[in-house]
Parts: sequence; structure tokens; C-alpha cells
Amino acid sequence: MSSILLTSIIILSVLGVLLAVILYAVAQKFKVIEDPRIDQVEAVLPGANCGGCGFPGCRGMAEALVKADDFGSLFCPVGGNSTMAKAAEVLGKVAEAKDPMVAVVRCSGSPEHRPRTLEYDGATSCKLATMLYSGDTGCQFGCLGLGDCVNACQFDAIHIDPETKLPVVDDEKCTACGACAKACPKFIIELRKKGPKNKRIYVSCVNKDKGGIARKACSAACIGCGKCVKTCPHEAIVLENNLAYIDFNKCKLCRKCVEVCPTGAIHELNFPPRKKVEAATENAETK
Amino acid sequence: MNKLIVSPSPHIHSDESTRRLMFNVVLALLPTLVVSIYYFGVGAIMVTMVSVASCVLFEYLIQKFIIKGKTTISDGSAIVTGILLAFNVPSNLPWYIVVIGSLVAIGVAKMSFGGLGNNPFNPALVGRVFMLISFPVQMTSWPLPIESRLKYIDAITGPTPLAILKEGLKNGENISQLTDKLPSHMQMFMGLMGGSLGEIAAFALLIGFAWLLFTKTITWHIPVSIFTTITVFTGILWLINPEKNADPLFHLLTGGVMLGAIFMATDYVTSPMHPLGMWIFGIGIGLLTVIIRVWGAYPEGVSFAILIMNAFVPLINRYVKPKRFGEEVK
Amino acid sequence: MLKTFPKGGVHPPENKISANRPIEALPLPSKVSILVSQHIGAPATILVAKGDKVKVGQLIAQSSGFVSANIHSSVSGTVESLDAVMDSSGYKRTAITITVEGDEWEESIDRSKDLNKTISLSAEEIIKKISASGIVGLGGATFPSHVKLSIPAGKKAEVLIINGVECEPYLTSDHRLMLEKGHELMVGIQILMRALNVDKAFIGIENNKPDAIAHLQSLETEYPGIKVQALKVKYPQGGEKQLIKSITNREVPSGGLPIDIGAVVHNVGTAFAVYEAVQKNKPLFERVVTVTGKELAKPSNFVVRIGTPISSLIDAAGGFPEDTGKVVNGGPMMGKALSDTNVPVTKGTSGVIVFKETDSKRKAEGACIRCAKCVSACPMGLEPFLLIKLSQRMMYDRLETERIMDCMECGSCSFGCPANLPLLDYIRLGKGEVGKIIRARKN
Repeated sequence: MSSILLTSIIILSVLGVLLAVILYAVAQKFKVIEDPRIDQVEAVLPGANCGGCGFPGCRGMAEALVKADDFGSLFCPVGGNSTMAKAAEVLGKVAEAKDPMVAVVRCSGSPEHRPRTLEYDGATSCKLATMLYSGDTGCQFGCLGLGDCVNACQFDAIHIDPETKLPVVDDEKCTACGACAKACPKFIIELRKKGPKNKRIYVSCVNKDKGGIARKACSAACIGCGKCVKTCPHEAIVLENNLAYIDFNKCKLCRKCVEVCPTGAIHELNFPPRKKVEAATENAETK
Repeated sequence: MNKLIVSPSPHIHSDESTRRLMFNVVLALLPTLVVSIYYFGVGAIMVTMVSVASCVLFEYLIQKFIIKGKTTISDGSAIVTGILLAFNVPSNLPWYIVVIGSLVAIGVAKMSFGGLGNNPFNPALVGRVFMLISFPVQMTSWPLPIESRLKYIDAITGPTPLAILKEGLKNGENISQLTDKLPSHMQMFMGLMGGSLGEIAAFALLIGFAWLLFTKTITWHIPVSIFTTITVFTGILWLINPEKNADPLFHLLTGGVMLGAIFMATDYVTSPMHPLGMWIFGIGIGLLTVIIRVWGAYPEGVSFAILIMNAFVPLINRYVKPKRFGEEVK
Repeated sequence: MLKTFPKGGVHPPENKISANRPIEALPLPSKVSILVSQHIGAPATILVAKGDKVKVGQLIAQSSGFVSANIHSSVSGTVESLDAVMDSSGYKRTAITITVEGDEWEESIDRSKDLNKTISLSAEEIIKKISASGIVGLGGATFPSHVKLSIPAGKKAEVLIINGVECEPYLTSDHRLMLEKGHELMVGIQILMRALNVDKAFIGIENNKPDAIAHLQSLETEYPGIKVQALKVKYPQGGEKQLIKSITNREVPSGGLPIDIGAVVHNVGTAFAVYEAVQKNKPLFERVVTVTGKELAKPSNFVVRIGTPISSLIDAAGGFPEDTGKVVNGGPMMGKALSDTNVPVTKGTSGVIVFKETDSKRKAEGACIRCAKCVSACPMGLEPFLLIKLSQRMMYDRLETERIMDCMECGSCSFGCPANLPLLDYIRLGKGEVGKIIRARKN
């Protein structure tokens, strides 16, 4: 009885040692020498693997950061400046601080502004709908509302508002990875500077039709009248193809353009209410 | 004028629908049900009603309260599962076992995988095999046809032809000695033998097969490949030693071969998608059935054979592809 | 003996309501808008300016490359504008809008009805003439015909196949053309045969048009080399690859062209246009359009000038029924739903179908029950049930190896799906993405 026990123990021990030696030998033979800093940098990165940096995942970004002499265009939009600073610290390099960005939806075509003229009956995909037709309203540039951007977002930061049927970005959750902008077949979503205290001004329209046609399709469309261009004291607005565009690097957030826009296509976000008589009466009415 | 509707082509659709397909399967099962009620009377009605009702109810309850999605009992797939489950059990099975079997079939085999279209195994067969292993006594006492028409639990029981054969061969008897105990081929064709309530009447099942083919609900590949394999395999054995092996016709007409090949193996969800894959699937079922019957511990092996081959379906679908148009033929 | 292709196909209800209606000329509209891109390939370059007077048949936009086509004025009058107008998808496209004044034709066009059977031009001259006349494939694909007739070096055409299948339900324009213009069609086919230097031509016609088969068969002896081949009714037999398979039993290799196996396919409408261009000097500026629909008061086959608004066709066929839900440009299986009914007729408009609202909507989607009806319906031997899943999960590598690019979007899979899944929708989406990846790889 005890001999059986003994032989079993001996055989198993020998087997164990033998396999350990084989494993070690194989591990040595196929060892991949990798810069240990890649792991360190990867640990600093957010680990969302969203692709917002342009690399397939955080590991790809980490490899690129380790290789790069200076960070230049390399930037993790999700982690932002703090992450880049940490990565720079690990590598002993310097990261230039960049302005935080956020996704902005440039369409105001709610059913109220932009009456639906057609009914879409197909798979729920903006991309497919774009292949099929110009959209269910008179505006061929506007949002289709089928939610490709919502599906593309990994951070649950963009949703379709059930009332306006337009996507709404959650500033807090948005990491400016740009996945929604890439997914949108109408190129409505743009990454813009987040602005001080999230204050920003932008033209919420991408309609390039002539004024009359644009207005007929949507009452909130940019009609290309150029009033904003004339009003802007900082030359931040350009008018091209009947469409105004505000350069967020030049804009000083003075809000003059918002006041003159006849259709309300220029939106201001997160500003305190104006101290004007009109605004006061408006507030009184809503009360 | 109304708002125009814009949709991608095609702009017309055939009148085919899931409900219609399921309805055709139910219609194809009706002749067998009628024959079954003729032979087993009260028991057949009782078991079928309990099975269908509990399958539909479980599907509804699970969808409503556990998944909290929309309920899809109206597509009729739970009704088909219910009828098939009932067809796979003896007519004197106590109702609570039928309910447990339905719960396993719908709850475990179907809904836990994501409902219709996602289950890898045939739900009715999973339910049957679960009952067979959990309640072996109740699941292998077979009421005699016609005699036990007015009785349910207390029906007079007797063995199935396959059990007689297995038992006899085990005791060293030869086929010629067993002939007196076994029903004739004609009796077996008409269903005059012990067995599950829906598997006995070959002629009624063949009428159902004809209906399924006529309505193009299924293709012929799976049933025919199973029949062919069983005939060829048992035929070879029979030619080698007719005293120890039953003839092919006996194998085709007894047990669950007809029911299994026509209604269980052809279940859309758990069978391959192309003719070549269907042939592989059918041949596999045929071989396994005969192997279990001749050399296995159980007298009958169709359910196990189908379930085992169900597990191979994803593999078959992955590697057996239809011939592409314009592909070079070697 | 009836021939057909072996793999796949479906049998949609035929609904050829307008089959007995002779072709009539639609009255001239007051204004036409002629798009400069009515064909596959580069848009044509505009030759006229606002205010110019044009005649019927005058060249108004010139082909801008090898794969492109000339555009001729379909009416006489004054060029009103060169602005963009809405095309059938609702996008704005450049078009020449002309106000109609009278009906003055170019003098060079022979307007007599006499049949001209003598072909005097050589192969090169014929191709040049076809190219100058702006002829494109009139079956709906609108591929410039002269490109198809110019055989690439190293290849040789052996057989010409004329597509008279018209497998799309509802449409009857090719059917009527074969019945009413049999002789012209046969001469047109002989011209194409000379251009390709082949001595054999088959006209493939499905068996649901016995009158057309009988009529063209009676002309066979007069025009040697041309044979009518009756075919079993099965959609999508009018697909180029399927038709070649049906008639010659040869398969165009995956990713290849019909010429790779020595076949060239042209539509009957194209053959007729070739006759008119070569024998009558008449460029392509009008075509036969079927206007139909179950609720339409007067389903008809019209000869329509290119650029006529589609709404005026429907008005001529009895006007919009009360509960119109959808208007389709082309056949019900592959046509496009219009987002605006005032869009102009183009060279590719083979039919206009009006559906009532209840017939326009899709049925509710169910779960895939893996019934394999899509696999057996696919004429290309693909697995739509798999392609939709891969497309939804954006697995583009797998999609390519599963040969999604072979899909010709015939719609047989979506048509027969018992769960009403939008199979073709997602296959299209996947095809678009895979196509982009392939193009990116080539560059």
C-alpha cells in the first residue's frame, strides 16, 4: 500500500520538475523583449480602446508615445491634458497642454422647425438611409435621427432627444474621441473647443442651399445672409457655400453674432441669461 | 396626398411568415394527433393539452417577467414545441412531469439561449431527454394502444418492439424466436404497438411529411438522408446476420425514427442551412441512431442522435458552404 | 425546351397589369429637366448656356470620358436654367431645364416609319455612332453601351445575348416593345452583332410572354443568326449573370465580366435604340416607360421624352390614387422609392409603379429562425442570414471572405424572409463598407 503511495508521489514529482524545465526553456526561447515603458504608459492611459487617438487601442497609442520624440500631434482625447502629462512624466518628456474638445451637433432641425415631408421605412441606420435618399425633410444636409452616432459612442454620451429627434451630447461624459463624428454620414457632428466653463458658440446648421431654399426646408437653417460675418469684431466667422462657420480658435465668445442671426441658427451654450429687457420679459412670461 | 414612404428595395414581400410556417407544421402534426387520440384516447388528449398549454404559458411568463421584452407567443413556435414534446412521451405520463418537461424545454433549452432562433438544441428533445433521465420508470412504461383508450395514469402497459428486441437478444434469443412477440410490419406501419404517443403511426407521420414538402415548409434532404442511412446501415448488419439483427424496415417503423426524422431533425433553428450540410447532419443522425440501438444500453437512440448532431450544426454551417455562383469548379 | 438558371431565385406575383396596353406617345410637357448624369460614369459637360434655343435631338451635354455618355435635348425650346434640380433620391443634381416651344427636330433625324434593313456602317462606325447617340443600357443599369461593345484587347466576343426577360413584376415596356417593334429590334440586334463581330445572338424571353416569343420566332428566318430562347419564369433571370447561365450554361467568374466568357448582354430597349440611332440617325432622347399600379385608373406604356416630370406620367395614367403610399422608379424588386414625384424621367427609368399605402409599408420584423429560405433563394450562392449578422457587427473581413461583393442586390432574400428581416438593407450597408476597404487597399 505504502509503495503505491510512494511511487505515485515520486512519479508526479518527477513529472512536475520535468514539465517545469520544459516550460522554462520554451519561455526563454520564445521570449519577446519589449520596452517595459510601454506597459507603464498603457497603465496611465484610460484603457477605453476607443480609437479616438487614431490608434487601434490604448496599447497602440502607448507604443507610439514611447517611440515618439515629441508628442506633437499625439493626444488622448479621453484622458485629456492630465493623462498626457502623466504619460510624459513616465517617459521623461514634455506634453503640451491642449484645449479640451467636445462633440457638437450642428443641426437644429427638430420637427417643429423642419417639417417631415417623407416617411422612412427601412433598417435603422443613417448610413443606409443616406445611400437611399437625402432625408425625410426638405433639407438634404440635416440630421436623419436614426442614431448611428448613438451606436458609435462608447461612453454613453450622446442620445437622441425624443422630442426634437436630434442627438444631444452630454458634456460631462463626452471625451471627444470623435467616433460619432466619423459615424455620421451627413458630417453634422464636429469636435469643437469645449470653451471656458463649457461656454461655446457655433452655427448649428450645415445646410449649403441658397437662403430661400434652406429656409423653406427648415425655419432654423443658416440662410447665408452674412449678418454674423459683418457683426463679428474678431473676424472669426466665414461664409462659404451659403453657410456661416465660426472658427473656435478666433471666437472670443462675445455673443454679438447670436443676437443678429435672423433664424436662430447660431447657438450659445452655458452662458448666463442676458441682462436685457427682452430676456426679462421672456422670463416673466414663462413664469 | 399623404407623406410618401421611402424604403430600400425590394418593395414587395412574399406572404411567407414565421406564423404561417409554424401553422403548417401544426397542420402536418394533426393526422398523427388524430391517430394518437384514436389509439390512446384520454391519455393522449390530456398529455398534449397539458404540454401545449404549459409551453405557451412558460414562454409568455418568461418573456413578460424575466426578459421583460415583447411577447412573441403568437408566432406559434411554443405550440409546435408543446405538441412535439407531448408526441415524445408515453400517454400515461403524469401531468406534473409533463409540466416539468415543458419548463425545461422552454425555459432551459429555448429562452435561456435568447428565445426563438438562438437555441442550439431542439427544445422538445431536451425536455424529453431530461424527463427520460429524471423519471426513467414513468418514461418507459408504454400504454397498449386501443386497450387503454379510456384510461390515463392507470393504463395497461407493455413494452415497445425495440425493448422486446433488445431484451430478447440480451437473453440469447434469435430474431426468428422473437417474431411471435413482435408486431408485424403492417401493424407497425399502422401504429399498433407500444410507444410514445406521437411516434407510433408511421402512415400518419408520412402524411404530415407530404404536407410539409407540398407547402415547401421543409426540404426533403434531412428526412431522406436519415432514412437512407438507417436503411443502408441496418441492411448491411441484417445481411451479415439476420438472426441477430432486425431488418431495415423494422428499424424504420419502430421507435422515433419517423417522428424524429420528419419533425425533430428538420427543426429550422437546430439544423444546417444548405443541402450538403443537411446530408452530413442526416447521415450522422442515422449512424448514431443505429449504433445506440444495436450496441448501446438504451433500446432507442433517435433523441440522443439528434441532440448530438445538433451540437455539430454550427460547425457544419461554418465549413460547409453553398456553391457560390461563378466559383471555379475543380 | 425551356431553360433557366439552376441556383436560387424566387417567384414574386407577376402583376403585369399593363401588358395589353399598346405603347402611346405621352403629350409633350411644358418643361423638361435633363440631368447631366443619367448614366454610370462621369457626368457630361454642358454645351449650352441659359437662353440658348435648342432643337429636338441637339447635343446639349458632351461625354466627359470613356465611361460617360452624350446627352441630347428631348424637346425644342429655350434653355431656362442650368441649376440643380432634385433627382430621384432627393439630392440636388445639375440639370439642363428647357422650356418647350413647339416640336422642331434636327433635320438629320429620319422621322419616317419605314423599316431600313440594310446596314451600311462598319463595326467601328457603328460603335462611334452609338457613342455619339448617347445610348446607355436601358434595362435600368444605364451603363454606356459603347463601352460594352468595345471589346478589351485579348478578349473575344462569341455570343450576343439580348435581354427580353423583364423578370421584374409589373413592368411591361420591353414586352410591348418586342411585340410592336419586332422588325426594328431584329435589325438593331444585327447591328450589334456586326459591331461585336459575332454570328450568333439569342433573345432570352420568359415564358409568361408567349405572344412576344411567338412573334419574334416568326421573324427568325428573316434575320439569320438570331434565335429566340424561351425561358422558365423565375426572378432574377434578367440579371446579366443569370441570363448568361440560363442560355449558355456558362458562369461569369466571381468579380469578372461577361466578356471573360465571351458573352455580351444588351437589353431589348437598347437594341431598339441602336436601330434608331444607326438607321434613323436619332439619338437617345426618349424611351418607353411603364406606368402602372393596382390602383391606377389607366396603367399604360408611354414613349416619354427624357426629362419629363414623373408626376405628369402618373397624371396621364389616371392621376394619383387617393391613398398613394409609395412611388417606385423601376421595378418593385430593385427599383428606387421616389422622395419627390416631380423628379424627371432619365434614361434609366424603365417603369413607374404606384403603391397604395397599405402595400407600401414593411411588415414587423421577427427573429431569424434559420429557415434557410434566404440561402436557397440567393441566385449567387451566398448566405444572407450570415451576411446580415456580420454586417450588423461590422465584421468586414469576414464579409469579404463570405463574398458579399458578389451580391447584386436582387432582393430575393428580403422578399422571401418569413421574419421580414431587412436582409438586403444590411447587406448593402456591408457592401458599401467592404467596397471602401477594397478601394483603399488598391490605392
